[in-house]
Amino acid sequence: MSVETRAGRSPAIPPGRGAEVRRRDRPAGGFELWSWLFMRVSGVALLGLAVGHVLIMHVLDEGVSRVNFEFVQLRWESPFWRTWDWALLVLALLHGINGLRVTVQDYVRWPGARFALNVLFALTGFLLFVLGTVIVFTFDPNAWPRTS
Amino acid sequence: MDDGNGLGDVLEASDRRAAGAGGRVTLTLRIRRYNPETRGQESWWDEFTIESEPDDRLLDALHHVKWYLDGTLALRRSCAHGICGSDAMMINGRNALACKVIVRDVAPRVTVEPIRGLPVLKDLIVDMEPFFAGYRSVLPYLINDSGEPEKERLQSPEERHRYDDTTKCILCAACTTSCPIFWGDEEYVGPAAIVNAHRFVYDSRDEGGRRRLEILAEKNGVFRCRTTFNCTDACPRGIEVTKAIQDVKRSILFDRF
Ligand code: SF4
Ligand code: FES
Repeated sequence: MSVETRAGRSPAIPPGRGAEVRRRDRPAGGFELWSWLFMRVSGVALLGLAVGHVLIMHVLDEGVSRVNFEFVQLRWESPFWRTWDWALLVLALLHGINGLRVTVQDYVRWPGARFALNVLFALTGFLLFVLGTVIVFTFDPNAWPRTS
Repeated sequence: MDDGNGLGDVLEASDRRAAGAGGRVTLTLRIRRYNPETRGQESWWDEFTIESEPDDRLLDALHHVKWYLDGTLALRRSCAHGICGSDAMMINGRNALACKVIVRDVAPRVTVEPIRGLPVLKDLIVDMEPFFAGYRSVLPYLINDSGEPEKERLQSPEERHRYDDTTKCILCAACTTSCPIFWGDEEYVGPAAIVNAHRFVYDSRDEGGRRRLEILAEKNGVFRCRTTFNCTDACPRGIEVTKAIQDVKRSILFDRF
């Protein structure tokens, strides 16, 4: 019976004293550290952005019933709300796609499937990003007649 | 009567037991079996019902099964006192050492399975190699390049206290094999390896901390931890495993500031 091991990953018998310690000045941590940190920071930011978005669009005043094209037109006259919505878009996409990547890492065992799923998610994310960004940056509130 | 070596206490306790203070209990053991040599790749369940002392350990009950009922039952154990770490099993769905579970607490019925996430070799025996490969990968030994000291390497009580909790590990694998991330992907080094890296990273006499942090910052290191706390629940030594993992994450993050 052959048992698969991770012997490839484990160091052989350590070489003599001294050779073992290679002092490096570069601190530990690469992509996984920053991805982990990003998830925490963006999570906190998204809490404010998303809850604010839900309040404005669905709860305050008459809630969703007052939202129409003109409402958006007026709101997007201010760079503040455009920035808000764009930040929401970008952070939600990155947070979500990275979350999917991490979930795929945990649950999908076959490397080919892992790769395919990650490419699919990244492409979908990129497409939504481009679509949203184009609209946020090119929408001209004055190009449309006001309804009232 | 105390004869000076503590045996008096033990003898008195067994006298009391012999006098029938507790009475015997009936225990049904439901054991997951596996034997590729005789029964192929399918595992199956066997049930054994025995009479047992209520304050016996579950390990005694398993011994009874193996010695008197079915000699083919395969399990690992050595010290029988919670020290060697060889008899971690999944008992009623939770990882524990069979030698630290008391019959009274599980009677009348207990389910025993091998720990999860490692290849089963036979019955309750698993192949520990993937577990130990993760352990070896974090360099779990003292690294100190500044030459032999004259006498011992001194350390203050505070410095010793910093990593005290993680010195208690007996490498039983109860934590790592209770971790859903390890179940899904055994490439993850797992909580036990991180505990044993922690033991040296925060040791003031050790100089290999940075290298270990580099290893643990990689793809299969600490950042795969999802803070499930299964490991902390499982540890028979009461080590705060999740806390140790968070310590290491924090060190990797703040190492640069
Ligand atoms: S940390 Fe606890 S559960 Fe994990 S291997 Fe060590 S003693 Fe066992
Ligand atoms: S037999 Fe040694 S820890 Fe249980």
